[in-house]
Amino acid sequence: MSTVEHSEADRGACFAAAPQLPDVHPPQRIRGRFASFAFQHPTIVVGAVLLVLVMGCAAFAPLLGTVDPGAVSPARRTRVPSEAYWFGTDMLGRDVYSRVLYGARVSLIVGLSVAILSSVIGVFIGLVAGFVRPLDAIIMRATDAMMSIPSILLAIALMALSRGSVQNVILAITVAEIPRVTRLVRGVVLSLREQPYVEAAVAAGARTPKIIRQCILPNTLAPITVQATYICASAMITEAILSFIGAGTPTSIPSWGNIMAEGRAIWQVKPYIVFFPAVFLSITVLAVNLLGDGLRDALDPRSAKRI
Amino acid sequence: MSTPTPLLQVEDLKKHFAVPSGPFRPRNWLRAVDGVSFDIARGETLSLVGESGCGKSTVGRTILRLLPPTSGRLTLDGQRIDTLPQSQMRLLRKRMQVVFQDPFSSLNPRMTVRGILADPMINFGLVRSRAEIDARVATLLDKVRLPADAARRYPHEFSGGQRQRISIARALAPGADLIVCDEAVSALDVSVKAQIVNLLSDLQAELGLALLFISHDLAIVEHMTHRVAVMYLGKIVEIADRRTLFSRPRHPYTRALLSAVPVPDPKAKRQRIVLTGDVPSPLNPPSGCAFHTRCPYAFDRCRVEGPALRPRASGQLAACHLDDLPPV
Repeated sequence: MSTVEHSEADRGACFAAAPQLPDVHPPQRIRGRFASFAFQHPTIVVGAVLLVLVMGCAAFAPLLGTVDPGAVSPARRTRVPSEAYWFGTDMLGRDVYSRVLYGARVSLIVGLSVAILSSVIGVFIGLVAGFVRPLDAIIMRATDAMMSIPSILLAIALMALSRGSVQNVILAITVAEIPRVTRLVRGVVLSLREQPYVEAAVAAGARTPKIIRQCILPNTLAPITVQATYICASAMITEAILSFIGAGTPTSIPSWGNIMAEGRAIWQVKPYIVFFPAVFLSITVLAVNLLGDGLRDALDPRSAKRI
Repeated sequence: MSTPTPLLQVEDLKKHFAVPSGPFRPRNWLRAVDGVSFDIARGETLSLVGESGCGKSTVGRTILRLLPPTSGRLTLDGQRIDTLPQSQMRLLRKRMQVVFQDPFSSLNPRMTVRGILADPMINFGLVRSRAEIDARVATLLDKVRLPADAARRYPHEFSGGQRQRISIARALAPGADLIVCDEAVSALDVSVKAQIVNLLSDLQAELGLALLFISHDLAIVEHMTHRVAVMYLGKIVEIADRRTLFSRPRHPYTRALLSAVPVPDPKAKRQRIVLTGDVPSPLNPPSGCAFHTRCPYAFDRCRVEGPALRPRASGQLAACHLDDLPPV
């Protein structure tokens, strides 16, 4: 930290001027732009690092000492964690370490896909609700109706209507998450439409599509990004719950939910089968939520220094 | 007085807002603007003054068709604009521009000044090349006395007064004939206020702009306007040229407003006319003359019959049953 020159302050005192304040800016040469950003928003960095680690595990699972996650070997079932089986084996003798790493793929794909899909669709419907006043009441009552059903129940109901597959899980959770984004976007649109600069754009002859592109969308980006991270986290949990109760990812594809479901019967004697996927799920959800919290602070216009 | 074809003619303009009430009750109507008529000649400044909530901003926004009028006629340069569909209205907007009150929210924070100024030119198809945009942006910045390098910067890098200059430049960009200044200087410091008012006056002289200057600040209005219209509860109660209105108000509300203007002389004797009570709700305006609940001279006729604007010997129009106000 920088030191204060006291003689400076003493000299200034005889003029009864404002006291010289110590320089609170860190010296530029030590901290670059990225470093100062990381310093200001540690949660973003922690969340991003954890998330990148989990993503790395998922992407490079075949290179990280795993075996075929579906290979059964009844002779070696329910082994405790050891050098050969880092996380032990399950009731069918499958390697839990391999299954957890491959399971990360399902969780991340579901989380990211749901976040992106529900944001895109929600933004579209929200814009329609915010700009086409006659449709607003209809859309809002429809979202009210959908939000009155707990999203997990809605997802279960949708899964019950379809075959268990990762795509269907993504669709079921997306449908349940869309109303949230729609409401958020509509609220932002309605408040932005009252902004004088939007009225000024109308007076300046801008057509509605241009106003949406120029004034509305850039300003919805920040809240949507934050909301998308929360949706991503909740989608991963929902996927795990769906798989845990057998309504989600088919058992042929390992996912953290169905690994836990299969380990549930013997968790009192062999807790590690449930423990490892649960730890991974918690860490991933925590990482995404940290990222979301950090982004919310960083993108909040009241605290943001950039724009 | 008014020239044969005024630039903008407003006749019996009404803007009522539906106020939601219960599901089975009739809707309430808020009469924000209730029958306002005036016209503005080329190169003229008309000030619209009144307390907050009297409907003066609504008049401005309705004229610009940012709000659809409930009824009445708007004629711009001989062409009716109140019934034009939005698509045709869009092209006419280049002739009527607006400067809003809040310099901090009237500029898109994500656009550079160049982008903000270029926008209306592009929307109205007034420019063909980047070089042309750059040249016109430079001219506009020069007109509002901002440095040329302002074009590359973002609104948040400017002070309130500078932003208001940017807003004025944006209003000038499409070559407007009429600029509605909706409390354009109310949010500024006194010294900056004077600069902006002088800038507007200079631009008016240079470009022959007509200004509709919406304000609650009579001291500012007195310095820059040609004519003044005083509004109370959605209606114009008096309209006159500046000298007449300030020297000889014929409506008791105008007189009360004028008496409230601060005089920068501590020894000056002032006779304040203090109105009692609050402005009645425009949801449920009083019968007869809307001002009778607060008027010191109200008599029986005022409570039943609303006075029409009628010409007075001193040259103005005033909506009062009294031919002349009793001396204070």
